[in-house]
Amino acid sequence: MARRFDAGYYLSEGVHSIFTHGFMSFAAVCMIVACLLIMGSFTLVAVNLDKNLGDLENENQLAVYIDESYTEEKARSLEEEISKIPNVTDISFVTKAEALSEFQEKRENVEMFQNLPEDVLRDRYYVHMNDIELISQTKQDLENVPGVAKVVAAVEIAEGFVMIRNIATGVALVLVGILLIVSLFIIANTIKLATFYRREEIAIMKLCGATDGFIRWPFVVEGMALGLTGSLVAFFLQWGIYHLVATNIVQSNGLSLMTMISYTSMIDIILPVFCGVGVVIGVGGSLIAIRKFLQV
Amino acid sequence: MIRLIDVYKEYDNGTKALKGVNLRIDDGEFVFLVGPSGSGKSTIIKLITAEIALTEGRLMVNGYNLNTITPRQVPYMRRTLGIIFQDFRLIEKKTVYENLSFAMRAVGASNREVRRRIPYVLKLVGLDQKADRYPGQLSGGEQQRVAIARALVNNPSMIIADEPTGNLDPQRSLEIMMLLERINELGTTVLVVTHEKNLVNRFDKRVVAIENGRIMSDGTGGYYNGEKI
Repeated sequence: MARRFDAGYYLSEGVHSIFTHGFMSFAAVCMIVACLLIMGSFTLVAVNLDKNLGDLENENQLAVYIDESYTEEKARSLEEEISKIPNVTDISFVTKAEALSEFQEKRENVEMFQNLPEDVLRDRYYVHMNDIELISQTKQDLENVPGVAKVVAAVEIAEGFVMIRNIATGVALVLVGILLIVSLFIIANTIKLATFYRREEIAIMKLCGATDGFIRWPFVVEGMALGLTGSLVAFFLQWGIYHLVATNIVQSNGLSLMTMISYTSMIDIILPVFCGVGVVIGVGGSLIAIRKFLQV
Repeated sequence: MIRLIDVYKEYDNGTKALKGVNLRIDDGEFVFLVGPSGSGKSTIIKLITAEIALTEGRLMVNGYNLNTITPRQVPYMRRTLGIIFQDFRLIEKKTVYENLSFAMRAVGASNREVRRRIPYVLKLVGLDQKADRYPGQLSGGEQQRVAIARALVNNPSMIIADEPTGNLDPQRSLEIMMLLERINELGTTVLVVTHEKNLVNRFDKRVVAIENGRIMSDGTGGYYNGEKI
């Protein structure tokens, strides 16, 4: 008589149970939505912070001044050697004349600097890096290039950025981890409450000879369906909230330096992550909840 | 077949519920297990259904050795038993038919098997016209008949009825007991736990009397057999 796996039965029982215990299902979905929204919002803030810090990092460049005795042609010949230094991504050469003109443009009293000799400043390279954490090493490598007179780098500022970014990433990871665990237990308790009403059914099934697996599967299906429903609702709500906040930030003059990543560009990451987390907390919560009632 | 050999059961709180019980129930028998409250009747039922484990002794149920049974084997052992409770324990949200199909699906029966078996069992207990009713729409006697049908539906080799008439009036109680007698005549072993003296004495069946965790008498011919209780 016994069959090993009756997927159709588990599916119909699991889905049927969602509707017969409508209020508890609604409560569980609400909890999943709330948990995902909190986790999602926090992660999006962290991602945007990371992106903006990344942009600021990219603006952080090293100025490499070439020895005064080098002619422009000789100074330009150093480009290849500088490019070969690890961590250097982009370099641009600025001649003495260009540097002077740039210097004069930035000054208010242009007349004061009108008659300066053309070679008062040095030829220079502006260098961008791949990894700002390696700024000290890169500065040292540049200083070792023959013909380089001086390298100016805002090492303290760069290290400050790195520290802020590492702290933000660490805090985000820890908080998301804590929220995930808290969510799992909240969902487990919500489903446990729903399961409590059905403990009699479970006890009857056990005494009729149902295996634990047979009893568990409909709950797994139910948890999965609740998790998926919650994650889809949370996904669209998050979209709306994010859009609203991003629009306000972009329109705000005070925060004009801030750039926001568009939600649509992150859909291929957010949707699977929301669905995955939703299913994990839905199914995990179901399994934790039902464990106690299987001890008959 | 059930075999208890020198069985002791002591609960965690120190209560000694069974003190060296020896009992053998062969296939096809009809047995009343009688005794006052707290005598150990329910403990024997719980041991047989593997809801609790014994402290000492040996216990065999329908070919399963409960001393060595693994948790994975317990459901299969329980499929050899049909259990009836005093409070019926029907699912209120399900119809009579659904209560029965629920029990059949629990042991992996297919839709075809469910459709074939349930009408037969409902007819056997006289409820074939009430398959679509909910438990709340039935009388106490009818609800207990549904519980009996549920116990029978998976074709167990033994029915265990724990105070099946405790919630019923004398007439309904007699009807339920006659139904169990008929089921026994069809080949199923029946073990009825009760303390209803008059009811027991109306049937000429084997009566096992238990008191204070010990078997006090075991014989045919009525509740006070041997006048030990």
